[in-house]
Amino acid sequence: MHKQVKISKGLDINLKGKPALKIAEAPRSSKYVVKPTEFYGINPRLSVKVGDHVEAGQPLFYHKYIDKIKFTSPVSGTVEDIIRGERRKILKIVIKADAEDTYKSFKVSNPEQLDKTQILDLLLESGLFATIKQRPYDLIANPDDNPKAIFVSTYDSAPLGVDYAFALKNKMKAFENGLKALKKLTEGKVYLIVNGETASDFDKLNDIEIVKAFGPHPVGNVSVSIEKFEPINKGDRIWTVNPADVALIGDFFETGRYNPTRNIALAGSKVKAPMYYTIKAGADMTDFLKDKLVDDDVRIISGNVLTGANITKDKILNFYDNEVTVIPLGKKSRFLGWMPFLAENRKSFYNFGFTKKQLDIDANMYGEERAFVMNEELESVMPLDIYPVHLLKAALLGDVEKMEQLGILEVAPEDFALLDYISSSKIDTQELIRKGLDIMQVEMG
Amino acid sequence: MKVLEKFFNKYEHLFLEGGKYEKYRPAYMAMYTFMFTPDETTKKGAHIRDAVDLKRVMFTVVLALIPATIFGMWNVGYQYYHQAGMAFTNIDAFMYGFWKVLPMIVVSYVVGLGIEFYFAVLRGHEVNEGYLVTGLLIPLIMPVTIPLWILAVSVAFSVIIGKEVFGGTGMNIVNPALTARAFAFFAYPTFMSGNEVWIPKPENADAYSGETILGALGQGHHLAYTWKEMFFGTIPGSIGETSVLMILIGAALLLLTKVASWRIMLSGFIGAALMAFIFNLWGTNTLMQLPWWQHLLVGGLAFGVVFMATDPVTAAQTQKGKWIYGFLIGVFAILVRVFNPAYPEGVMLAILLLNVVAPTIDYYVVQANIKKRMKRLEKQTA
Repeated sequence: MHKQVKISKGLDINLKGKPALKIAEAPRSSKYVVKPTEFYGINPRLSVKVGDHVEAGQPLFYHKYIDKIKFTSPVSGTVEDIIRGERRKILKIVIKADAEDTYKSFKVSNPEQLDKTQILDLLLESGLFATIKQRPYDLIANPDDNPKAIFVSTYDSAPLGVDYAFALKNKMKAFENGLKALKKLTEGKVYLIVNGETASDFDKLNDIEIVKAFGPHPVGNVSVSIEKFEPINKGDRIWTVNPADVALIGDFFETGRYNPTRNIALAGSKVKAPMYYTIKAGADMTDFLKDKLVDDDVRIISGNVLTGANITKDKILNFYDNEVTVIPLGKKSRFLGWMPFLAENRKSFYNFGFTKKQLDIDANMYGEERAFVMNEELESVMPLDIYPVHLLKAALLGDVEKMEQLGILEVAPEDFALLDYISSSKIDTQELIRKGLDIMQVEMG
Repeated sequence: MKVLEKFFNKYEHLFLEGGKYEKYRPAYMAMYTFMFTPDETTKKGAHIRDAVDLKRVMFTVVLALIPATIFGMWNVGYQYYHQAGMAFTNIDAFMYGFWKVLPMIVVSYVVGLGIEFYFAVLRGHEVNEGYLVTGLLIPLIMPVTIPLWILAVSVAFSVIIGKEVFGGTGMNIVNPALTARAFAFFAYPTFMSGNEVWIPKPENADAYSGETILGALGQGHHLAYTWKEMFFGTIPGSIGETSVLMILIGAALLLLTKVASWRIMLSGFIGAALMAFIFNLWGTNTLMQLPWWQHLLVGGLAFGVVFMATDPVTAAQTQKGKWIYGFLIGVFAILVRVFNPAYPEGVMLAILLLNVVAPTIDYYVVQANIKKRMKRLEKQTA
């Protein structure tokens, strides 16, 4: 019998622009970009300079405090530019791609025959270790930790979420191989969260704790299952990996190459024909997206509409993302926009049958920020055993003790994404939780 | 609408940083955002947002109050003509009440919003929408005969002492509308109690009774109205509170739109019914003997539980806390009603009391959650 996780609190937002289950190859981009800012909490030290030629899998920079953690080039090419921001902070490393990739080769073998240190060393060297994140704090893991369990969620329950059963269909062997590698990294279990409502190839995997998830978003978030099966106490470490990255790890242990090619979903109401594409992480998608969008009045997001990053300007596919969502920008004021019935309505507020209707939601704020007033709405989309308002207020005040008591170590910003959406006071709760986690990390080391 | 927006845009520069009236930007923004929801797009966090903002939430409560308000106006006229023994049509009654109640609503909004704008400009923050509701609630829970200057003073007291000193909407401890009523009640008792205040006194009437039901019962008189009259609301009382039917219509809107907490409403009525039922068993005076279900119909209980207790800012903020909070409001409302002849209506005091206690209730609910977490940690380290 599989393990199960069921929740009732949460919200499914049924957006227009669901990707069709078709896949095509995206043309190779001429430019690839790695953004150190994307790896939250990392202090980058460069290993290359402008003009250097790099192979795919060759380090571009490393983490100043744990220099084993390396970040490598997705393609082979020439470092064209290193863009810095305020106080010389490194924002982007731009690589002009060769016509064809050459790969740095790693000596790999079947992960079942390797031990933990060998696997870790290979992952660290190839840059794939960056795909492993840890709880608490939702950061890149520390390779010296001993995680008590590893969680992989193949159920992307977010609006227009990636159907990993489809996206990884041709990578199942690599995926299994990747799981084998992950199993060596923990003395505990490796959990695989799957959509309970539909059967998929994931259900057939052996030697792994399969968790069938039922309920609305955010049921697919790892936090929900972590709370149920391996609750995080002070001092615990849990690692989490995205399933597409598990497949990358598996592929690496087969071929000895770092090749971050992903099957991404191109979704959203502003995409002419939403479907899946094969593309490399870091790709500059300017040319790729050119004829695929309905018009230019858009917000382009790397990731999903709740947690993704705004890439309207640079159109770079971010390292962790398996999806690009394009929605209307909606930069327009609305006469008496607050009037019920007259203006667009969203959740159950004057809008019954919310989850059935296909909605075309733009990136407008729909109001101004206010103090916390409506609390029940926030609790209604928080399935974790957490009092969101109290936790958010503690985070606002930076009260370390309170935050810990109220369970901040058990959450990641993504668990608050629906609160961002639903808050009538328009409070950016993900931002608050991120700040709270940063404070905690500094205080607790 | 283009013209209006152009008008706003034309003068916006005066209110921007460095503009002539920079100080008054909050006032400008309040007016602009009332007319137009700004074109702001999401910057951080989720890229999509629900179309509900606080303005819509507050307006929904105002909508929910409208049935009770319109009925209240009609009832003011009805009580007046009825007492005067004159022939009248429904239109007459409504118009009579309309001209009595409208000045109260206008005074309440003008004074209250005036102070809100003043504080917003003074502190440079946005004008909060909370007063849209409070401004209508205050006249509805006052007797129609209250002099407008007392109303104005009460409004000023409630906005300044009840809300702004705490930092405005979202920070206040007690319900501002009830603060106004409590202020009037204790500061000007002669205008707020006694028999004559609840309906305008006809000039030529000799026999005249404007007593509220609870006032009469408190003095040991017997019930002069049927339960139907109490349910439909053709009885003397504060403007908005008499018709349970109209209040329930408002409650339905609040619950359907999930603006108000069904937990508070339900547990409030359960608490009141249970307490009244216990008194029924005891039954030593007329108030105790009033059947428990009639206790739910008379006085301000329904209005208080539906519109005041559910104020999300001053209520308990946890779901478990809401059950306790609502239940205790019901219990205390009936307790005060039955045991304290000086205050024939207990719901106001019950809600104010529980507003103050609500953070404590939440504290214990949250503490239980914290303890659970601690226990888990102990178990692991043990």
